[in-house]
Amino acid sequence: MLDDDVRQVIASTRRFVRERVVPAEAEIERTDAIPPDLRRAAAAMGLFGFAVPEEYGGLGLDMSAEVQLVFELGYTTPAFRSMFGTNNGIAGHVLLEGATQEQKKAYLPLIASGEWTAAFALTEENAGSDPAGLATSARRDGDEWVINGAKRFITNAPLADVFMVFARTDPGAEGGHGITAFMVERDAPGLSVGPKDHKMGQAGAWTADVLLADVRVPASAVIGGEDGVGRGYATAMRCLAHGRIHIAALCVGLAQRLVDESVAYAATRVQGGGVIGTHQLVQGLLADSATDLYAARALVVDVAARFDDGSDTRIGPSCAKYFASEAVGRVADRAVQIHGGAGYMRGVPVERFYRDARLFRIYEGTSQIQQIVIARQLLRDAGVR
Amino acid sequence: MNIVVTVKQVPDTWAEKKLDASDKTVDRKSVDNVMNEMDEYGVEEALKIKEAHGGEVTVVTMGPEKAVETIRKALSMGADKAVHLTDESLHGSDALATSAALAKVISTLSPDLIITSSEASDARGGVMGALLAERLGLPQLTQARKVTVDPGANKVSVERLADNGYALVEATLPAVVGVVEKINQPRYPSFKGIMAAKKKPLTKLSAADAGLDAGSVGLAGATSTVVDAQPAPPRQSGTIVKDEGDGGAKVAAFLAAQKLI
Ligand SMILES: Cc1cc2nc3c(=O)[nH]c(=O)nc-3n(C[C@H](O)[C@H](O)[C@H](O)COP(=O)(O)OP(=O)(O)OC[C@H]3O[C@@H](n4cnc5c(N)ncnc54)[C@H](O)[C@@H]3O)c2cc1C
Ligand SMILES: Cc1cc2nc3c(=O)[nH]c(=O)nc-3n(C[C@H](O)[C@H](O)[C@H](O)COP(=O)(O)OP(=O)(O)OC[C@H]3O[C@@H](n4cnc5c(N)ncnc54)[C@H](O)[C@@H]3O)c2cc1C
Repeated sequence: MLDDDVRQVIASTRRFVRERVVPAEAEIERTDAIPPDLRRAAAAMGLFGFAVPEEYGGLGLDMSAEVQLVFELGYTTPAFRSMFGTNNGIAGHVLLEGATQEQKKAYLPLIASGEWTAAFALTEENAGSDPAGLATSARRDGDEWVINGAKRFITNAPLADVFMVFARTDPGAEGGHGITAFMVERDAPGLSVGPKDHKMGQAGAWTADVLLADVRVPASAVIGGEDGVGRGYATAMRCLAHGRIHIAALCVGLAQRLVDESVAYAATRVQGGGVIGTHQLVQGLLADSATDLYAARALVVDVAARFDDGSDTRIGPSCAKYFASEAVGRVADRAVQIHGGAGYMRGVPVERFYRDARLFRIYEGTSQIQQIVIARQLLRDAGVR
Repeated sequence: MNIVVTVKQVPDTWAEKKLDASDKTVDRKSVDNVMNEMDEYGVEEALKIKEAHGGEVTVVTMGPEKAVETIRKALSMGADKAVHLTDESLHGSDALATSAALAKVISTLSPDLIITSSEASDARGGVMGALLAERLGLPQLTQARKVTVDPGANKVSVERLADNGYALVEATLPAVVGVVEKINQPRYPSFKGIMAAKKKPLTKLSAADAGLDAGSVGLAGATSTVVDAQPAPPRQSGTIVKDEGDGGAKVAAFLAAQKLI
């Protein structure tokens, strides 16, 4: 990809987001759905496959380019990004990181074009922050595998065509070692999707349980083929590192929007004879939010560059996700404050974003898990075991 | 269908537009330049007609080197090839000279259909479609809010925007069609389109390449000259009428004084 092309891709996305998606935010919130014409337009633009390599029908953006693009996507309701977030992100990356050449050739083009929506099914009732403790099992039966278990909070499950399911294939192995990733198509007998979860925010983005009752899949459904057996957990962890930088960039985009909303309100809302932006206490809120935004953006750009050159693929992604998700939480809180009573009212964008932003500190590794990843790696580097 | 669509690079709609002090032409150097927004509708319509009937869309523009960005935008939306007429001597061409130059280039492409938009946001002349039709000796269907092409019958018909509805007008091909922004919703360049755009054929022509006589174009050949220009005066603050029981009468008197009622 040439820099000039990347700039145009970002410019095209920026216009699309601001001209088409931002005006649709209230409708998305009200209907809890992305309008079909927006989905079609996003697929036609290529948004389902920006992280998939060109040879498989995607755009093949590296992390540094991807974060610039995601800054633009973050400027509107996170539900829009979520629609294709699993394809480019965690689910698509399972194939990129773990699949055989044949599997990549067969499935990545379907994912990059948006023909398929892919979901990533790792979390379970008793395995969230500690996914290595998952209980879903897969047992070999001749040439087939039989999967049993229940997955929870799976993004895009209600509309997914295919699920990347993580299951324990070696009950004897400890921790992540006996876990394998399977690609299970939606119409596989025994697979069912529960009702949509009733979430705090991000209306228009859906999660649900995925139930697997004696689901039979062929040996070819193992991601990575026979060599992929027992490698699923390692694959999942690599997908999460990429996903963490992606989520951090999304937080930066949303923080930018919140700062813009805050400034616009502070510049026009009149109280006590002047606009509230003339009060130093309000200025303090704006300055703190802008500073959080600048810091998060610089951090994400730096971490993406180090991810691309391979010099830091563990600590950086977690630092970025940890800081940016906490920062956007603070920025959203201040945005509500700056809006006064209006900030507490449904229909006002910052109220909606305040709820939307809360998720970022929880999924793809909670803030506490990021702290643990960061500290453990630091200590490991210092020789502590 | 061999379709030609004209596009122009203009200063960003939001940018403060200035005239170059030396020759009173639009200053295109100090501002961000973009594709004339109305032209996006023209490109979209050309692409839709191509998608329905097959054929090829050629983008034609006259403008400085930098206008290649606008060409690339049209190519990334899906146009097939482009002709860029660019030459120092073309600088300062007025509408007549521009239409002569564009007509010359377009005639070598022997199109079935030429699409223009109703106006460019910089000069806002709104005459290019008519001028091109005249110079090419073709029928012109302007202000189109809907275009229907029937290549079999060699016909194009449009719904022409009118004050209180529309007129249905028809012409034989080839023809010049001018579209308004109500006609469609321009697509956003797709990522694939952006990457493909650089590989599409782009012909760069100088005035001489195009067979233009240097004296007939540019500032030298312009039939009109901008002698002087002044920025619009800042808006005066309005008259405030205080209502002391007679507010209505005061407002009426004000409007009458302005000859508004
Ligand atoms: C909207 C949404 C979408 C999601 N999408 C997906 C998806 O597509 N696919 C998928 O597989 N999962 C998905 N998840 C699941 C998500 O990744 C988990 O919710 C998350 O990892 C946290 O796990 P948990 O909910 O079980 O919380 P728990 O792990 O039970 O955590 C509860 C609290 O304990 C803390 N905690 C846990 N362990 C430790 C520890 N060792 N040290 C310190 N603190 C700890 C946590 O930080 C947290 O504060 C989604 C969740 C949500 C809400
Ligand atoms: C759920 C709810 C219930 C309510 N119930 C009632 C009720 O029963 N009765 C009633 O009368 N009202 C009620 N209110 C109104 C409430 O008291 C006001 O919303 C609140 O006082 C803030 O005023 P505001 O919304 O106009 O915000 P604004 O005054 O516009 O404040 C906007 C921002 O500017 C800041 N700001 C404003 N002035 C200054 C200043 N001088 N210096 C520094 N910062 C400043 C504020 O701190 C805030 O951050 C209710 C509001 C809500 C949300």
